[in-house]
Amino acid sequence: MDTTEIIVTLTGLALSAFVIWYFFFSARQTAAAVSTSSGVQEVDITVKGGYSPDVIEVERGKPVQLSFYRDEENSCSEELLMPDFSIRRDLPAFKTTLVELLPQQAGTFTFTCGMGMLRGSLVVK
Amino acid sequence: MEPTTKTETLDIEGMTCASCASFVEKSLTRTPGVQRAMVNFATEKATIEYLPAQATPATLKEAVVKAGYGVTERAPDTSAADRQAEIDQQKALAYVKLKRRFWVATVLAIVIMPLSMLMLWPAMMARVNMQWLNYGLLVLTLPVLFYSGREFFTSAWNGFKHRAANMDTLIAVGTGAAFLYSLAATVVPGWFMRRGLMPEVYYDTTATIIALILLGKVLELRAKTQTSAAIKALMGLQAKTARVVRPDGQEVDVPIEQVQLGDLVVVRPGEKVATDGVIEEGRSAVDEAMLTGESLPVEKKTGDPVFGATLNKTGSFRFRVTKVGADTMLSQIVKLVEDAQGSRAPIQRLADKVSAIFVPTVVVIAILTFVLWFDLAPVEARLPLALVNFVAVLIIACPCALGLATPTAIMVSTGKGAEHGVLIRNAEALEKAHQVNTVLLDKTGTITRGEPAVTDFVPAEGQNAGQLLQVVAAVERQSEHPLAEAVVRYADAQQAPAIPATGFQAIEGKGAQASVNGQAVLIGNFRLLDEAGISLSPAVRRQADELLGQAKTVLYVAVNQQAVGLIGVADTVRDTSAAAIKRLQAMGIEVVMMTGDNPQTAAQVAAQVGITRYFAEVLPSGKAGKVKELQAEGRIVAMVGDGINDAPALAQADIGLAMGGGTDVAMEAAGITLMRSDLQGVVTAIELSRQTIRTIKQNLFFAFIYNTLGIPVAAGLLYPFFGILLSPMLAAGAMALSSVSVLTNSLRLRSFSPAKN
Ligand SMILES: [Cu+2]
Repeated sequence: MDTTEIIVTLTGLALSAFVIWYFFFSARQTAAAVSTSSGVQEVDITVKGGYSPDVIEVERGKPVQLSFYRDEENSCSEELLMPDFSIRRDLPAFKTTLVELLPQQAGTFTFTCGMGMLRGSLVVK
Repeated sequence: MEPTTKTETLDIEGMTCASCASFVEKSLTRTPGVQRAMVNFATEKATIEYLPAQATPATLKEAVVKAGYGVTERAPDTSAADRQAEIDQQKALAYVKLKRRFWVATVLAIVIMPLSMLMLWPAMMARVNMQWLNYGLLVLTLPVLFYSGREFFTSAWNGFKHRAANMDTLIAVGTGAAFLYSLAATVVPGWFMRRGLMPEVYYDTTATIIALILLGKVLELRAKTQTSAAIKALMGLQAKTARVVRPDGQEVDVPIEQVQLGDLVVVRPGEKVATDGVIEEGRSAVDEAMLTGESLPVEKKTGDPVFGATLNKTGSFRFRVTKVGADTMLSQIVKLVEDAQGSRAPIQRLADKVSAIFVPTVVVIAILTFVLWFDLAPVEARLPLALVNFVAVLIIACPCALGLATPTAIMVSTGKGAEHGVLIRNAEALEKAHQVNTVLLDKTGTITRGEPAVTDFVPAEGQNAGQLLQVVAAVERQSEHPLAEAVVRYADAQQAPAIPATGFQAIEGKGAQASVNGQAVLIGNFRLLDEAGISLSPAVRRQADELLGQAKTVLYVAVNQQAVGLIGVADTVRDTSAAAIKRLQAMGIEVVMMTGDNPQTAAQVAAQVGITRYFAEVLPSGKAGKVKELQAEGRIVAMVGDGINDAPALAQADIGLAMGGGTDVAMEAAGITLMRSDLQGVVTAIELSRQTIRTIKQNLFFAFIYNTLGIPVAAGLLYPFFGILLSPMLAAGAMALSSVSVLTNSLRLRSFSPAKN
């Protein structure tokens, strides 16, 4: 093994470790819903290559209104799926789409894009 | 019980920040009569729930204006169809853009390819300056990367910022690596030469990958629009206008949004029924195929319900509007199908878990591939080999095929179901239906029509059957009793001429009397004749006993104080039942019947439709118990019913099928609703579910196999044994084809048509 090989190997392993940590184990951006005077929990979510915030905390038994603003034209994010709530929506580009739901059970429910690669989760407490 | 509130949505003008929104919200909340107000800054909309007794849309507007903001008058046309139209328009535009990017990439790739292959001809190479050729290729590749492929890079970067990785990440890293290496070889070839490497460029690889993946995207987008074609067709059925009769009798065409509850609407032959209502005047045949899948037109008369989007065939009629907008049958169907399309099938769980970790995992595999090739390949070739295999792994991996496998099939099949009058609540119901091996039918209303019909018409000895029927029908035409309606239907079917009856009188709980042709006619139960002092001859009595023995209801007819005939009435078996049951049995499903009737009657009906196992004398409260009993035998039970008292049994069953004309309660408890009232729908539902699940399994199998074989081959696993390496360009072609083939397979469900006997 020459020096170049050792460098390449170590760099590769380090890079792999970084990818695994970055995508699977690093801290996520969490946001709690803001309750309006009328008791509706509102959250604004920007859709651009992902959902930000992508972990949303809401309370159980109160209506939730999610405003998805899709800030891109990329076709990956054009569909929104929330299978646990039987919701499938088209998100028009550069527009806000409202999604209303009533979480009745506590738990973590994922929402994804049409192909399941962009992910976020709704944490019901 | 809370007082009923109304909801109003206002478009607010002039809000510049979130605090404006809360200000408007406060102002609205303080308005008397407002229960709740919600203002969304992003959408500039206020949603207000108010008591109509204390507030009106006008006072709400006033409150907004007082707060210093404006209210935009909204065009009354933001219906679901219009929203869909806007989305469609955006999609069409995106499609055009995508196609342009694809063509630019393709044309340039076609030029770049032969130019990069010049080195294959040494004679040519001698005449061209290598350095200049590389610069030429670089210039040609730049637009492919930064115009056609730009979206991959922005999307990958946006995703990276969110700690999310998608297919674009793979393409961006793959093509980016090939491009950067080539760029270095072009600009500083000396660096490569000094290390004993040929400064090779991969511009052709970069350009071809992008062109092929865009081709895949173009095909994918085109196929994807077809998956939702059925639901769009449903939405498009909505009538645009209605001809409303004004109080002064004038008929005016008004946009459908302005039609209100209680309006009287006129429908002429050949016109679409505008919305749901009840006929007040006139009769006609209406084609309801679009809602129920029933191909024959349905006869409608005064008092019958009509539904929006159905087609009036023969006569004119007027109906009173009972439902508008989101409450109509059509809207409910659309909503149900949309919900089903957003639901997740349990079969998808594994694919979901895999796609969640797919892309980062592939990136790690690609990095390790690079390292291994770099360490193990001969020194002079290690960098290009490591690079090519690194790119190939990234490009061949296709998470889209996994992601598309289930949802596309569910979308096509729920839409297809609606077309045939089979409404599927969610993907889970579809998956359950395919496992069913026992169908439990609640006799009344499913196997049978659930309404009485004349089965026997028995004139006493010496009576003229034709004349007697005329007389009987004359009396019954005046009655509104269901049994009388059955007699009239029978007479009409026999084409008995209608004659007048006078002095009609209904006798509560017994029957009716009238005079026809000057004769006093009595029709009713035994008590009616008994109390009138009319006795039955032994022959008539014997015939009556016989009918009663067959569990039929007997109507006695007397003319001028003499018993002259009997009519046997019973709930009859639908014409289609036997065939549908046979079909279910041919599919390997055991069909079991349950009924409240006595064992003899049950046996008779069962034999008539070819059922061997049945439960008789089941009380309404015992239905769910029978489902449990079958489940205890290890069966997967589909329960078919139509009434309110079926709801617990429908819910208990593995899958409940509520039959058309069914009550809302039954539909609520059912996984599948059959719009058409016959058992053929059960066959359709189960066949559709079987085909859909088969398609999903094929898709998932293909997607998993594709990735588990493709990735190791691209990594060069076959190289030590067979000397096979996968070129990144081939990998790009395979990847583009893989998601398209999954989609195409799902679209095959569009040709589904239920087997008919
Ligand atoms: Cu793909």
